[in-house]
Amino acid sequence: MLTPTHVMLFSLVLFGIGIVGVLTRRNAILVLMSIELMFNAANLNFVAFSWAMPEIAGQVFAVFTICVAAGEVAIGLAILIALVRNRENIHIDEVNLLKW
Amino acid sequence: MLELIWLIPVLPLAGALLNGLWGWRLSRRSVGLVACGAVLLSLVVSAGAVWELSRLPVEARHFRTEVFGWMPLGPLQAGAGEGLRVAWGFALDPLSAVMILVVCGVGFLIHVYSVGYMAHEEGVGRFFTYLNLFMAMMLMLVLGSNLLVMFVGWEGVGLCSYLLIGFFYDRPFDARTGLTCADAGRKAFLVNRVGDLGFLIGVLYLGLSFGTVEFGELAEAVHGSGGVSAGLLTGVGILLFVGACGKSAQIPLYVWLPDAMAGPTPVSALIHAATMVTAGVYMVCRMTWLYAAAPEAMAVVAGVGAATAFLAATMGIAATDIKKVLAYSTVSQLGYMFAAFGVGSGVGAMFHLTTHAFFKALLFLGAGSVIHGMSGEQDIRRMGGLRRKMPTTYWTFLLGVLAIAGIPGFAGFFSKDEILWGAWSSGHLGVWLLLLLTAGLTALYMTRLLWLVFFGEFRGSEEQRHHVHESPRVMTVPLMVLGILSVVGGWMGIPKVLTGGADWNGFASWLAPVLGHHGGGEAAAAGSGHGAALELGLMLVAVVVALAGITGAAAVYRRLGVAERVAKGLGPVYALVRNLYWVDELYDALLIRPFYALCRLARTIDERVVDGMVHATRNVTLGLSYLSNTHDLWIVDGAVNLTGATVRGASHVFRRLQTGSVQSYATVMVFGAFLLMVLYTLGR
Repeated sequence: MLTPTHVMLFSLVLFGIGIVGVLTRRNAILVLMSIELMFNAANLNFVAFSWAMPEIAGQVFAVFTICVAAGEVAIGLAILIALVRNRENIHIDEVNLLKW
Repeated sequence: MLELIWLIPVLPLAGALLNGLWGWRLSRRSVGLVACGAVLLSLVVSAGAVWELSRLPVEARHFRTEVFGWMPLGPLQAGAGEGLRVAWGFALDPLSAVMILVVCGVGFLIHVYSVGYMAHEEGVGRFFTYLNLFMAMMLMLVLGSNLLVMFVGWEGVGLCSYLLIGFFYDRPFDARTGLTCADAGRKAFLVNRVGDLGFLIGVLYLGLSFGTVEFGELAEAVHGSGGVSAGLLTGVGILLFVGACGKSAQIPLYVWLPDAMAGPTPVSALIHAATMVTAGVYMVCRMTWLYAAAPEAMAVVAGVGAATAFLAATMGIAATDIKKVLAYSTVSQLGYMFAAFGVGSGVGAMFHLTTHAFFKALLFLGAGSVIHGMSGEQDIRRMGGLRRKMPTTYWTFLLGVLAIAGIPGFAGFFSKDEILWGAWSSGHLGVWLLLLLTAGLTALYMTRLLWLVFFGEFRGSEEQRHHVHESPRVMTVPLMVLGILSVVGGWMGIPKVLTGGADWNGFASWLAPVLGHHGGGEAAAAGSGHGAALELGLMLVAVVVALAGITGAAAVYRRLGVAERVAKGLGPVYALVRNLYWVDELYDALLIRPFYALCRLARTIDERVVDGMVHATRNVTLGLSYLSNTHDLWIVDGAVNLTGATVRGASHVFRRLQTGSVQSYATVMVFGAFLLMVLYTLGR
């Protein structure tokens, strides 16, 4: 029987996969995608809590978050395009101009 | 004209300014013209003023004018009235009238003569500037209505004397002492300074005691004091006489006058024979009322004057420089004047001053003419036989010699006789004897001078013999005028005994309002008939002494070698006289050397003690600043640098944290968030 707790555990796993992806992948696109995973883990949490304590606001916020995430991805992709125009690749570990 | 007497000193002053400022671009002719013109105008104004003065009744013959107020001084002592007000005033009375006529008259002739004498010299503009300035100062001295204006003139003539003695400042002057002309000028200035200090102190004493320095007011105050302040008056009289000693070259301050001969000869004639050196005589005559109340001061004046007259005359016998003979003669004759004043014959002093101005100026100008003709030679041992080469100079010089020797009929006879009679009749027999001997010595050395210069064989070099010439007319005409004055100048003071009782003595009666109450000798001579035979007898004695001097000199110098034998026979006496009694050496040992030693001592103290303190201060400051510098470098700067180095070192370590890699930042952030969450959870 599926309960909100199962959803939350799944969300936790998803978030962890996202974090690992963000911290380990060299490719900037994959990093962005990992961030999306983390977003959606958060959204799942919203929905799960909305289910656990009958309250519609959680689901409303999830929808909002998806909208905002869409804008965020647009910006992120724009940065990547700017990056790829100035460099040969989009390896994020090579972008370290702010080094000491 | 009386109101214009202020012009008398101002005109030569204007001439001096004109020549001083623009003389360098004027021609020699214009410079001479300006200088002589200024003095001539002064002479005209003086003559006019004196003429007007003589038209006034005898008792009103005093004119005073104030040009402007000078120094309004506060009360000199607390509660002593309204204080001292010094005005720049000029006064003309019979005494100053005589002086301005002598100064302007003789001065004008000497100015004219100078045009010729200085014709070949450099710096004519400077020369005439000084000469005109001298005239201005001398006339200010004479005309000043109070002691301070007189003092300005007194110092002014001293300054001009200094400038003119040192006129040829780069030429050597005296082989014996190794002085240059500039040194001679300095000597004159310094010796005068000693006297001037006495004079100034005397003036200040008078001003402090009586609250005024005006001659008229002072005379009244002294009359009114009733002998209360006899000690003060004696002291002041002696102090003023110290000033006169400096200016008029009396013992002990006469040493500068022989060296003053370093100046150009017209200067010697004008300043160091006829006018400036007589300022002291004029000053004591001006202060007659003071000396009348201070008989002790009078006695000092008489004694110093007679001693100077005699000693200077002996020095004149052995001198070999034509101008120095005349210089000692001047000192001697000035001593005569002071002796005359001292025995109470102020009229005699002024009379001798006047005639002396004539014949001594004549003698100096004659000497200048000889020097000019001899191309600068001044040693009488290298002259001789100039009588034929320079006839005008010879004849006028002869007149001067006869006048100074006191030959009857010439100017010097009358004035000298008046002095001798004054000394005898007032009972100063010692003074009389000294002056009589001086008269003989005067005749002796003047005849010697005349003989060595104008008679005998020429003893100069061939070149000089070839070059000797009579001076130009611009020089001989003043000689002739002065020659005439040297004869007739005495006729204004012929004593009654020679005129059979008729009063021909215009000079004495002219000066009577100023000096009358003073001249005891005159009164005795004029009043009693029983003195007539005595007076004639004394006159005869004086003439015999003078003739003895002349014949003695003629006997010695007429034949070669006699003079040397006489000198050898006299031995140490001759050496004493020849070396001027070693007075210069005495002053050198007593005053100058100790003074130099004192200077050296002061210098040593300066170098060792004062400089030592300064240097010690410097060294201490240097040491302290070294310490301070070290402290700054190591401690202050060290602290600052340590801070910097620490921060730098730390940054080296900690900047490694800034990897610039976004993933490492994210890792830290995640672990941080996790840590916070763990802490939060455990903290529950």
